[in-house]
Amino acid sequence: MELYLFLAKGTIILLIFGITLLIATYSTYAERKVAGFIQDRLGPNRAGPWGIWQPLADAGKMFFKQDFIPARASKWLFIAGPSLAMLTACLTSCVIPFGDTLDLSFLGIEKPVAIQGIDVNIGILYVFGLVSLGVYGVMIGGWASNNKFSLLGAIRAASQNISYELAMSLSIIAIIMITGSLSVSEIIKDQDTFFKWNIFRQPVGFIIFIICAFAECNRTPFDLPECETELIGGYHTEYSSMKLGFYLFAEYINMFVSSAVISALYFGGYHFPGESIVAGLLPEGALGHNLMTLIGVGAFFGKILFFIFFFMWVRWTIARFRYDQLMNLGWKSLIPLAIANILVTGAVLLALPEIKGYISSL
Amino acid sequence: MVQNLFYFLSFLAVLSALMVILSKNPIHSVLYLILTFFTLSGHYILLNAQFLSIVNLIVYAGAIMVLFLFTIMFLNLKDDSFTGSRLFFHLGSGLVVFTLAGLIILKVATAPIAVADDAHFDSQIGMVENLGKVLYSKFLVPFELVSVLFLSAMVGAVMLGRREKGEKNF
Amino acid sequence: MQALTNRSKRVSNKKLSLGERLYLPAVVGGLGITLKHFFKKKVTIQYPEEQRPMSEVYRGLHVLKRDEQGRERCTACGLCAVACPAEAISMTAAERQPGEENLYREEKYAAVYEINMLRCIFCGLCEEACPKSAIYLQSDKLAPSFYSRADVIYGKDRLVQSMETIKTAKSLKSGLTTSDRYVDKVWKNGKY
Repeated sequence: MELYLFLAKGTIILLIFGITLLIATYSTYAERKVAGFIQDRLGPNRAGPWGIWQPLADAGKMFFKQDFIPARASKWLFIAGPSLAMLTACLTSCVIPFGDTLDLSFLGIEKPVAIQGIDVNIGILYVFGLVSLGVYGVMIGGWASNNKFSLLGAIRAASQNISYELAMSLSIIAIIMITGSLSVSEIIKDQDTFFKWNIFRQPVGFIIFIICAFAECNRTPFDLPECETELIGGYHTEYSSMKLGFYLFAEYINMFVSSAVISALYFGGYHFPGESIVAGLLPEGALGHNLMTLIGVGAFFGKILFFIFFFMWVRWTIARFRYDQLMNLGWKSLIPLAIANILVTGAVLLALPEIKGYISSL
Repeated sequence: MVQNLFYFLSFLAVLSALMVILSKNPIHSVLYLILTFFTLSGHYILLNAQFLSIVNLIVYAGAIMVLFLFTIMFLNLKDDSFTGSRLFFHLGSGLVVFTLAGLIILKVATAPIAVADDAHFDSQIGMVENLGKVLYSKFLVPFELVSVLFLSAMVGAVMLGRREKGEKNF
Repeated sequence: MQALTNRSKRVSNKKLSLGERLYLPAVVGGLGITLKHFFKKKVTIQYPEEQRPMSEVYRGLHVLKRDEQGRERCTACGLCAVACPAEAISMTAAERQPGEENLYREEKYAAVYEINMLRCIFCGLCEEACPKSAIYLQSDKLAPSFYSRADVIYGKDRLVQSMETIKTAKSLKSGLTTSDRYVDKVWKNGKY
């Protein structure tokens, strides 16, 4: 049944998109709540119970503010900047498998349906491609503002993103070597037992990757593009109203996607410890399989939420780096470390079968 | 469907490539160039070369064009510092462009039209696995030579960027 | 040079050890500290619903006390004005007429008694100087904010203790004044 397959796939994609936006919306609330708690305060708690309507109030405020375009700004590019930032942020989540497959044979769909936008065999490269394009939103917006602070912020963003993209891709290569595939779903399938999670096989790669993820999201301690003390607001100095809202919102979507990628690559995605025990308790057949998939989705979202919290936790702990420290860390520490990691991984991968053979021959 | 997509992408590619030359503002030129790369990536996807298309995006649109934009943003391109004979400049550049374009058109027009070999056509040839296998078996020597070239370029860049003795700042 | 205090710290320029240069242990330590604060009791006081207890001896808004029979205690001796370091108090004395014994306790009273709240520093010296225990700085009421200069000078209409609170006042230093009602009235008339 083509129609049912189309509908099922469409529902999954819409759900993923909606959940992405919802989590990004509530990340703004969580950010302020976490900031408050870490600073011994309560955070927003006036709009609704525990302040849960705060994101709506913020969005309403953003919408009704004056939408200002500076007189000497390049108007089209000024509008294109936040739009591009939002577009690239929203596109990224479509290759991430949020769960295993659903068995929809009762609808007449023969093949199991994956809880994933598209399963391309270059999945992880697609994420990198969009991340590297994300910097255009910042650069175009910063340049179009016709403001020196914005331009400086944009240039910082560009150089920072390029520098950290290198180390990020290099740290991923080790994982690709272990798995032998670029597809995110393959990488997750490879981590089916707890001790095969890549965090245990690639601890150094994980540290490099998470540092680079912070830098790519322009989060503290690497938020130099919008460094208030030096650049007023950085690339979004001239922005107001919902255009500013888009920039800020794109940052939270990026954070969600980064958390998803980190949990997929290093923490086993939708796998969780004790999977076989849970699977034994569930009924046989399609229902059990689907329930198992849904529990896996829950586990994946738990990991994602933890990493979003981790992003915020770090933001309210570590102070901003100086620009030369940022560049030194990226080029002189992370990239050599990532290259060494690749070499060691390659050596171990080659040596492991030999060692195993030697042990078994004893 | 695919044909319509092809025509749309080709139209967009030619248009944006023209706009690279025609737009007055160099920033706009760079942005149109990025758009051209996007349309080329679209063509690669139509050819089922996913790896090539995404690498084209990452390397060209994501890294090299960012550096282009970066450099142009630093330059102050407002004042026209061109001195000398305008006529001579236009004549000279026109001559070069027309000769080059003529040669390319001549070559393309006289080349034999390649026909798809249905018997040996493999739709999976552009996938990562096949590409990797071909690169590391059939084209191993050129591939390694290119890596050496890149390595030497990298070493050269590091040498240029190094702080020399007695130099206070970069 | 001899150190002036024993609290001075010697700054060292020694090279960082490898562990310190790695920076990650320090980051983990910092994360531990912030996590500890995450679960700590919050210090926020949710103001309108919850109010910080004020000290018994807090010096808030002034009140001109009445005695048990509701007569104004002030005799316009001017000691408070003399004691005031900010020169915020001014008054005009008047003689009590026959038939006003139920209004004023002494034979002389303050016909006009004004405190300029822009000048007042809430030091409480007027309270100490008063021989008749007439002026107090209430411990349970703050001087409200104001929106025009005319509101700043508090006359007797806003300073004298209201008749209702003579009995209900918790202590000498507490008790609402007419100023509450004054503020309400002004707000309702919208003429601040």
